[in-house]
Amino acid sequence: MQFGVFSVGAVTTDPTTGRTPTDAERIQAMVAIALKAEEVGLDVFASGEHHNPPFVPSSPTTMLGYIAARTNRLVLSTATTLITTNDPVKIAEDYAMLQHLADGRVDLMLGRGNTGPVYPWFGQDIRNGIALAYENYALLHRLWREDVVDWDGKFRTPLTGFTAVPRPLDGVPPFVWHGSIRSPEIAEQAAYYGDGFFHNNIFWPKEHVERMVSLYRRRFEHYGHGSQKQAIVGLGGQVFMRKDSQAAIREFRPYFEHAPVYGGGPSLEDYMDQTPLTVGSPQEVIDRTLAFRDVVGDYQRQLFLLDHAGLPLKVVLEQLDLLGELVVPVLRREFEAARAEGVPDAPVHPRVHPAERATALDPAAA
Amino acid sequence: MAERAIVVVTAGLNQPSATRLLADRLGAAVERHLGERDLDARVEVVELREHAVDLANHLVTGFPSRSLQAAIDKVLGADALIAVSPIFSASYSGLFKLFFDVLERDALAGTPVLIAATGGTARHSLALEHAFRPLFAYLNAAVTPTAVFAASEDWGRAGVPADGSLVERIDRAARELAAAVAGVQPSRSSDTFENPVPFEDLLGSRHTPH
Repeated sequence: MQFGVFSVGAVTTDPTTGRTPTDAERIQAMVAIALKAEEVGLDVFASGEHHNPPFVPSSPTTMLGYIAARTNRLVLSTATTLITTNDPVKIAEDYAMLQHLADGRVDLMLGRGNTGPVYPWFGQDIRNGIALAYENYALLHRLWREDVVDWDGKFRTPLTGFTAVPRPLDGVPPFVWHGSIRSPEIAEQAAYYGDGFFHNNIFWPKEHVERMVSLYRRRFEHYGHGSQKQAIVGLGGQVFMRKDSQAAIREFRPYFEHAPVYGGGPSLEDYMDQTPLTVGSPQEVIDRTLAFRDVVGDYQRQLFLLDHAGLPLKVVLEQLDLLGELVVPVLRREFEAARAEGVPDAPVHPRVHPAERATALDPAAA
Repeated sequence: MAERAIVVVTAGLNQPSATRLLADRLGAAVERHLGERDLDARVEVVELREHAVDLANHLVTGFPSRSLQAAIDKVLGADALIAVSPIFSASYSGLFKLFFDVLERDALAGTPVLIAATGGTARHSLALEHAFRPLFAYLNAAVTPTAVFAASEDWGRAGVPADGSLVERIDRAARELAAAVAGVQPSRSSDTFENPVPFEDLLGSRHTPH
């Protein structure tokens, strides 16, 4: 099972000091978090993609390429890559290039984005969100698998005799996850292709997560990619830890109460009760995270959101230390012990784990 | 015949509330008219006051609490709706609007709805026509021709048939709603999670001619 962190890349004022990082500081903080993730033994760093303030990561492959050069083991991913407003041809090229530079340590998670004006800024219409996700991915999927592509769709210029370069490393396309909070069409899409399905697991009560993952698993089996338990599932999670749980709650509360995504809403206690947010001791994080398995079954990737709500870099790095030292080793052991027979690991490029070269990476091609 | 689910959504704030009083009268009248058509009715009430904080939280966080979700599910499963609000500043109350703001866009499409309101004087009554009716028209609900307004003084008047009194208007609106309910099959929610649309149908429908 893979463990990692995902960063939205928001520039947020620290409510306890009133200080707002500069774009330069925030970008360097994201890099520092990624390097620290590898240092403490995590497997994955994923960057968001945004095209409006207060976010900085508009160009994920630039950042991930830089991180790739400074790491050896970490898998670089996205959370999420906008399949709606990016040209699928450019996604095919950018991520294939990154895959070569990172020696295969790349996958990506596709999402639709939720900022209305981004669609018209990139010449699209938000009402076509699902249709764009479908058509653009259909093209991206072909560009990585067929050397020469003829294409005629609704949303972009037709292609005749087009070859996306570079070709995927060793002919193996980057593994793709499809992320969606509440659209059954996206779970259906992930299942159809035999790709991974990721639920951000942050904003919704667990019943909604359960419903989306269950749909994906059933349809994965329906489309002949394997049994339901062989489907590839990833979850987000949101934690804040101190050794003693009262200290964690005391320190995190002002960040929670002013956070752009939930500030001014429910109390921290209600929010923790209704969503997977966990603020407490490492043991509480372990217990809560292990319980995700009761909701979605054995799953392959757990990403934590740590750098948000204006938390300073120093505190985020301390969180990574706690994750790496006290939480993830236990989670690895416990999840592994509980895992049912026949449940696969998350697919990675053969160069990442040579021992797993025999594993089919691309169920659609198998 | 299957039982029809009539859900009363009331935004009254006081205890006791004139809005709730009107809501209960409407619910009972609809039940009676359905009974005359040999249709059983189950009348359930959603008191929005109990969900006031959860509704505000839903706007902020993007998801409902468990108890608010249960109230929303009641409304989604309704064969007809009776929607009652006090008039605040020339329109329905903010609490009333919040509830309909958090429903999915097509949640009430085709659902028969009886709209009703309370206010201090009859001067507020046309708010039903210029505020409530357009709201439900936007939601593609089937609003009954008669809307019911109850001013304070109406509670002190006797009602006789065809006199334009509150009692007569309640009866007329309830008859219209019962007729609308009788004309449609009981609701069966179609669950896109239980019965997903196959991918190729979805992909195909997105590739409409160009």
